[in-house]
Amino acid sequence: MDLKPGAGGQRVNRFVDPISYHFLQFLWRTLHLLVSLWYLQVSMVQMIEGFLISSGLVKRYGALDIDKVRYLAIVVDSEEAYQISKVIQLLKWVEDMGVKHLCLYDSKGVLKTNKKTIMESLNNAMPFEEAVEKDVLLDQKQMTVEFASSSDGKEAITRAANVLFMKYLKYAKTGVGKEEPCFTEDQMDEALKAIGYKGPEPDLLLIYGPVRCHLGFSPWRLRYTEMVHMGPLRYMNLGSLKKAIHRFTTVQQNYGT
Amino acid sequence: MELYTGERPSVFRLLGKYMRKGLYGILTQGPIPTHLAFILDGNRRFAKKHKLPEGGGHKAGFLALLNVLTYCYELGVKYATIYAFSIDNFRRKPHEVQYVMNLMLEKIEGMIMEESIINAYDICVRFVGNLKLLDEPLKTAADKIMRATAKNSKFVLLLAVCYTSTDEIVHAVEESSKDKLKSNEICNDGNGDCVIKIEEMESYSEIKLVELERNTYINPYPDVLIRTSGETRLSNYLLWQTTNCILYSPHALWPEIGLRHVVWSVINFQRHYSYLEKHKEYLK
Repeated sequence: MDLKPGAGGQRVNRFVDPISYHFLQFLWRTLHLLVSLWYLQVSMVQMIEGFLISSGLVKRYGALDIDKVRYLAIVVDSEEAYQISKVIQLLKWVEDMGVKHLCLYDSKGVLKTNKKTIMESLNNAMPFEEAVEKDVLLDQKQMTVEFASSSDGKEAITRAANVLFMKYLKYAKTGVGKEEPCFTEDQMDEALKAIGYKGPEPDLLLIYGPVRCHLGFSPWRLRYTEMVHMGPLRYMNLGSLKKAIHRFTTVQQNYGT
Repeated sequence: MELYTGERPSVFRLLGKYMRKGLYGILTQGPIPTHLAFILDGNRRFAKKHKLPEGGGHKAGFLALLNVLTYCYELGVKYATIYAFSIDNFRRKPHEVQYVMNLMLEKIEGMIMEESIINAYDICVRFVGNLKLLDEPLKTAADKIMRATAKNSKFVLLLAVCYTSTDEIVHAVEESSKDKLKSNEICNDGNGDCVIKIEEMESYSEIKLVELERNTYINPYPDVLIRTSGETRLSNYLLWQTTNCILYSPHALWPEIGLRHVVWSVINFQRHYSYLEKHKEYLK
């Protein structure tokens, strides 16, 4: 965390009233110090809880209804994604828990670059594209793993937009085109699939990083996805993962109704 | 800011205002979010919890909304986006939908009557979303308040009505396509018919990401999105705009939201400001 003084708002001018300025700066830094201590305390409690859950001492998280998690996504901060051994450990936990479909995302594509290393470390996993090609997505024997980065989000939607636009131009060429471009969400779905983006919407998205923020995961695939912040990857533990998945299995959505 | 009440501020309200000013004086030593977004979740649960009559939760929620907007305005936040009504909400019971629509119409008409106060505070009100889905009286009222406050700029209140992100993305694609067509100057054969010659198809440049971004309903992008009731999903809201946005889910139901939640979101924004600015730079 890097605290910097603000540029906006109604700041006390340091030259007009230096005493007030320094006093307010002191109060501001003290406030943030107290907040940091609070978060430190929360992290320690979460680590202890995670340890207790991993050890099986908390019975509530013993049996997980993993079938409710049809598609899991994991977002990792790109700087933390370089800790490939940690990522592999996390995926092994996920695989052991019985998750069948997983999407791994970091905005810079670090995980994509290390795809081969990651896939080789997993016992029984298959790349998502291969599963789609072989039409074995419904096959429950192997975990499918999809790798994504920021180019698979808004940029993919832009490419799909061009597919729709070109289709419209071809239709308009026939001379019937008095109508303005008018597209539907289903057409956008089809356009994305046509350019190779067949990954479904995740049920649950776990964020490993300093901030609870999805960092550019495809906007088209996040409509009703539950997002849970797991903290930095270096502090990951099996207990927190079990707790997050257990909590998800108890959520009831009404989808706006 | 004393909107809608017209009553003289009491001693307690004045005291509260000055205490808030002191708190803001501390917070504004750091960066303040330009844009806060809110999902007003929990009105019906609040009504059930407090055994209120039908619509009681939404009425309490409206008062909470006024308070939150006051805090944003006082703190120097420039934009606030409220998820007032989703396209998905049309699937609720008809009488519930009608109640919400009537409440919105009542409040917009209230705003129109208080237009001079809104202008005095330099507040711009904008309705964003697929407004064609609104019935005529509501659409007319929304247009009226938007026109009346269009020139205001100190605080912009964006009300997302008949909105979903996926509908917004498709709308952005449509608008970008129309922009492409206009920029290539077709439909010029004199008869008003739109016939595109095949050789002209190749002359169209591709739609770019920046063009889609320009055609979304909501700009600039929010810095913090607050969804009450502890729910951790976005429910098809601001999916495009939240790439670098902190997602905050306090357990309080929407009518229970208070200054402490706004302050906590600002503190967390300040804690992670550098990280998110770096991420924004990377994605440019």
